[in-house]
Amino acid sequence: MSATKLKPVDVVVVGSGVVGSIMSMELASAGLSVVCLERGKQFDVDTDFQKPNVYDELKFDRHSDVFQNLARDTITFRNNNAQTALPMREMGAFKPGEMVGGTSAHWGGNARRFLPHDFEMRSRIEERYGASFIPADCNLQDWGVTWDDIEPYYDQFEEIFGVGGKAGNLEGEIQAGGNPHEGPRSREYPNPPTQRTHEGALFADAVTSLGYVPFQGPTAAMTADYRNLYRVQMLECARGGFCSSHVCAQGAKANPLSAVLPALARQPSFELRPLCNVLRVNVDSIGKKATGVTYIDARGNEVEQPADIVILGAYCFSNVRLLLLSGIGTPYDPLTGKGVVGRNYAYQQGGSVQVFFDDREFNPFIGGGQVNTSIDEFNGDLIDRGPLGFIGGAYINTATSGATPIKGKRVPPGTPRWGGEWKKAVAQYYRRNMSISIHASCLSYRHNYLDLDPTYKDAYGLPLLRMTFDWNDNDLRMMKYMNERCTEIARALNGSRLGGTNKGTHFAITGYQSTHNVGGAVMGSDPSTSVVNKYLQSWDVSNLFVVGGSAFPQNPANGPTETIGMLACWAADAIKENYVRNPGSLV
Amino acid sequence: MSDNPSGASYLYLAEPEIRFLEAAVEHLIPTDELGPGARDAGVVVYIDRQLAGSWGVHGRQYRGGPWLEGTPQQGYQSRFTPQEAYRIAIREINQYCKAEFDRPFAQLASDRQLRLLEQLEKDEIALPSLPSKFFFDLLWRNTEEGYFADPLYGGNRDKVGWKLLGFPGVPSGQYRELLTSSEPYYAEPVSVLDVQTGKVPVDAEGFPKHVITKRNTNKES
Repeated sequence: MSATKLKPVDVVVVGSGVVGSIMSMELASAGLSVVCLERGKQFDVDTDFQKPNVYDELKFDRHSDVFQNLARDTITFRNNNAQTALPMREMGAFKPGEMVGGTSAHWGGNARRFLPHDFEMRSRIEERYGASFIPADCNLQDWGVTWDDIEPYYDQFEEIFGVGGKAGNLEGEIQAGGNPHEGPRSREYPNPPTQRTHEGALFADAVTSLGYVPFQGPTAAMTADYRNLYRVQMLECARGGFCSSHVCAQGAKANPLSAVLPALARQPSFELRPLCNVLRVNVDSIGKKATGVTYIDARGNEVEQPADIVILGAYCFSNVRLLLLSGIGTPYDPLTGKGVVGRNYAYQQGGSVQVFFDDREFNPFIGGGQVNTSIDEFNGDLIDRGPLGFIGGAYINTATSGATPIKGKRVPPGTPRWGGEWKKAVAQYYRRNMSISIHASCLSYRHNYLDLDPTYKDAYGLPLLRMTFDWNDNDLRMMKYMNERCTEIARALNGSRLGGTNKGTHFAITGYQSTHNVGGAVMGSDPSTSVVNKYLQSWDVSNLFVVGGSAFPQNPANGPTETIGMLACWAADAIKENYVRNPGSLV
Repeated sequence: MSDNPSGASYLYLAEPEIRFLEAAVEHLIPTDELGPGARDAGVVVYIDRQLAGSWGVHGRQYRGGPWLEGTPQQGYQSRFTPQEAYRIAIREINQYCKAEFDRPFAQLASDRQLRLLEQLEKDEIALPSLPSKFFFDLLWRNTEEGYFADPLYGGNRDKVGWKLLGFPGVPSGQYRELLTSSEPYYAEPVSVLDVQTGKVPVDAEGFPKHVITKRNTNKES
């Protein structure tokens, strides 16, 4: 069966999440004809996520149809090469999305920039500690960009997503009330910071007594009614919880649906095609130029969409898999260390210490929209890592994210898993605990990578992506250190008892941890260790841009979404301002 | 006998399975001075609805073979759907009970049932077709869901799970003003079901009006 071949367009964009929507908007408003292909369904925020139905933990967190349908497509996973990778049969450690709006339609709104250090981590660590301080099997890399290059694009993204916060560093001047350790900002946040909860105030007192500087973490849930850069209106967050995993009924959480698509839909040169599953990027006979993409449309027809520019703007896994399925770039081989596609896959480290009180009570169901009080002293490379013997960092915070009744309960250590004692403990402590949480970096290592699975196939008969990943000693040492710092903070809170999570030394794909999967198609300045250049342009195919979490050479501590959005703005600008006038390699 | 006081109907489960589950879930979340346990909260009805629905046949889960046992880190690798796992496991546990104690699980003394559940959890009972811990973990996951999910799904009857926690359910429009408050907030819980059936009215924004209570009456402290 031959594919229907459509009329060429200037740009075809794969995915309608943060990257796909912003890049489509930027390029369509510059006059280019843009087609955006999305494998998921179209939703209407005003009717599909109405009150009260959105306030349903079972429907959205456990059985969600805004998450990827694993019956059609999943990944396989193993801890190391000696094992056989098996399919992720049900959603566990992470929850990639599948809808117009992408994964960020149900994100938690954690809108932190990375630190200047993060973009030049290899150079700076070598400079401070010497190259031998970096673990031998760690593929630590610079991004090929510096803070001064990309700061304007963080600023642009924040004006689109209406980020609320208080600047801690304005053009080098430290500001009271903000995060003094953040990179210098060119201007204040577009929206005010969140208010401090009871838990946040207790945390702030505790960390101040230990010499740290508390601040309200930035958020992409509106802290005031806001009209964004694209003239789209978003309403102030109602703090009703049901935030992460859920699409906001208020439209208060910035995401492609609430912040970009209403403006994008009005662009005359833009077309969105939902329920279209891209199978591959097509390239010319010598493999140097992309000719477009081939996809299966909603009715099951195979369709070829020719385009002058192809942008892969999908989730990390999908970007890497499409490169591998299309035969673009050399697949990574962990035995030789050669090849680049699938190399430098990384995840996110996390943990927490719980404080249980018998004399304090909270309202843990009020919150969401990333209301948190944080410290950044342990992030980046502020504290001398020499004596500590690890690289990487974390921010530590307490967040009131809206504790839901199925998954939001905490009980002290030693409580039985079920039965009468467990019942008494959840009744006593659901409202009487707070978490001191660690959100930490995860570096890239030679043995952690992505490739195509030799056995398992998706619904179209194509190989699943295979993830080979385990925690590394360096990162586990860092987590031990961070856990000790959290315990000190927790002790200063004078609770009755402390608890914690011990997730073991091997990564498990069960139990939700974070949807922050990154790498596999990383950006950089050396084609032997990166898939795309500093403008997210393929080294091999110059009219192909691969944009998203897949471009991170390793994962810094702060959540990835803000930087994914920034990279979309940065790459779109490079295409508009330079590539269109002078097609070819931008470096 | 299941006395079926609420007149519940069942879509998937058969009578011996209902009896098994009513006995088992009542140990997992027992009735006590804090309030009703899982049986009276309708958890078995919840499990029945889940098994009869898309999740029961793993409608959105990857089902392709080959099926290997895998490591604990690799998660759910059974070739059985939840429907199949419940049917097979309950039959085989009852066969074990009849062989050892001459009676099915539901007819054993309470302390014997409790001991058996502990053994299932520790994988100490060798069932012919699946690991007993696998089934126990599934049962506990669904019991907790059924006790705390919205009453829409047949469990959490009279919102007993939410009253136990002091969870008010569907948020009110006042939460934004209460964000910084250190005063404990207690309200009669409101479910999605309450709003859908018109039992609780909503304001112009679609938020229910909460009825404030001094403190959860179901709690000991």
